[in-house]
Amino acid sequence: MHYVVPPDDFTRAGEASSAVKKTLKQIGMNPDVIRRVAIAMYEGEINMVIHAHGGEITVDVAPDRVDMVLADEGPGIADIERAMQAGYSTAPEEVRNLGFGAGMGLPNMKKYTDEMTVESTLGVGTTVRMSVFNHAG
Amino acid sequence: MKSDMEAYFHSVTLDSDACKGCTHCVKRCPTEAIRVRDGKAKIIKERCIDCGECIRVCPHHAKQAIFDPLSAIDAFPYKIALPAPALYGQFNNLDDVDILLEAIRMMGFDEVFEVARAAEIVSDATRHMMSGGMVVRPVISSACPAVLRLIQVRFPELIPHVLPLCAPIEVAARMAKREAAARTGRPAAEIGVVFISPCPAKVTAVKRPMGSKVSAVDAVVAVRDVYPKLIRLMKQVKAPEELASSGRMGLGWGSSGGEAAALLNDRYLAADGIENVIKVLEDLEDDKFTDLDFVELNACSAGCVGGVLNVENPYVAKAKLKRIRKYLPVSCNHIGDEVPREVKYDQMVEYQPVMELDADLGKAMEKMMRMQEIEASLPGLDCGSCGAPTCRALAEDVVRGFASEDDCIYRMREKLYAQKGEDEKK
Repeated sequence: MHYVVPPDDFTRAGEASSAVKKTLKQIGMNPDVIRRVAIAMYEGEINMVIHAHGGEITVDVAPDRVDMVLADEGPGIADIERAMQAGYSTAPEEVRNLGFGAGMGLPNMKKYTDEMTVESTLGVGTTVRMSVFNHAG
Repeated sequence: MKSDMEAYFHSVTLDSDACKGCTHCVKRCPTEAIRVRDGKAKIIKERCIDCGECIRVCPHHAKQAIFDPLSAIDAFPYKIALPAPALYGQFNNLDDVDILLEAIRMMGFDEVFEVARAAEIVSDATRHMMSGGMVVRPVISSACPAVLRLIQVRFPELIPHVLPLCAPIEVAARMAKREAAARTGRPAAEIGVVFISPCPAKVTAVKRPMGSKVSAVDAVVAVRDVYPKLIRLMKQVKAPEELASSGRMGLGWGSSGGEAAALLNDRYLAADGIENVIKVLEDLEDDKFTDLDFVELNACSAGCVGGVLNVENPYVAKAKLKRIRKYLPVSCNHIGDEVPREVKYDQMVEYQPVMELDADLGKAMEKMMRMQEIEASLPGLDCGSCGAPTCRALAEDVVRGFASEDDCIYRMREKLYAQKGEDEKK
């Protein structure tokens, strides 16, 4: 499954994770997996809108795992280690006023997934790979 | 009415003669439970949540609700009426609740037991359970049976958040029977309780309860059925007996936000209207609310006053209810130190995976792939002409074996043109 996250449109952020959730429910995926995928992917989508002017998401579903690749051509992350810390955020003031930018995006993505890697090059973009395993499957 | 219980009883049904096969109901159904087949709207029983949206939108009045006639009470020697709070908002210039209650009694009842009384007990019990931290937060109200059933078929992860307390109507029936048995010495079997309901979902909740095996309610009549009778009788009431024994909290349950406000806790959200409810449930599922203790959800706009079996405009009824509540005491009914058994669920709500493509995950995935291929090949107009609400739903029906891609009229047209082209070549 492939989704395009449009830039700078908060009202449409979350559409991709919502669609993936619907699909996973319909194939009868373990509800805990669905929840973790939906939360991690939603956080990723919001990040793309806040920091990277949108991007693209590819989701692969197998009975035992769900793999997500979130790729953008945004500014890149200067210090990935710091970005992974809870509460650290570079989100601008107007985004924080909307209730976003609490510095929980990447930490939550890490928390809800089984595997996560972040590759980022300043000025080129960021690619986040996440996997959620279906232990029951 | 308990004799005809079946696995998928629904109070929402179709009058085939009146159905023209249009797609108003198909498009409006929140669980995609309706298809037009052979020119008539068919309800997929496992999916229907009895919300009544199809009844509301059907221009031909072909979608109907099944409920009991008032004569259903004749079977019982001792008769008790249970008026819903929403009923109080149906009348003009009703300042004295006792006039309404007296008129209800005059319809042939020995006693009137206000559902609002039980609502206050449920509110008290909810406060008790929440302060004890007995339910996962945010706690989701279990009062609206259509919402409860929606959670059961579409939001399994949220089931642990559901408040494990019976809806006020069920508690009212249990209390009314217990009190009447004690007062009159009659056996419970002789006491019949009849609910005056604003919605079809409550009928289903009585026939096929979710939090208990059987319901204590014996029959359900519609507000709109007793309304003309009540108007007439209310005019005859001279000096009504003091029957009212509930406060503004109990009556507040009749409109959206009333149940939540009765918790005396600001950290709540109240949503009404099935579309809004679904959005809130989606967000709850994604953990988007961090500072909420309680979530009140009503399938009907404005809450129970918006039920399809009512007479008055929901918002007018809400305003009237507000006026009646104004000079009532805050609350007249309370529990002791413990939540009484008759308020609690006997059994927890269980997930019913009716939306799954296949019980086997691998097979379901194959079907999903085929479904996505078919969906991509359809025009994407969601016109409804095939009888399914969306192109995606048609693709799903094809995969499930209930429909053919040729049901799509655009597909059909392409085929005809192609055929015509070939014929002309010859």
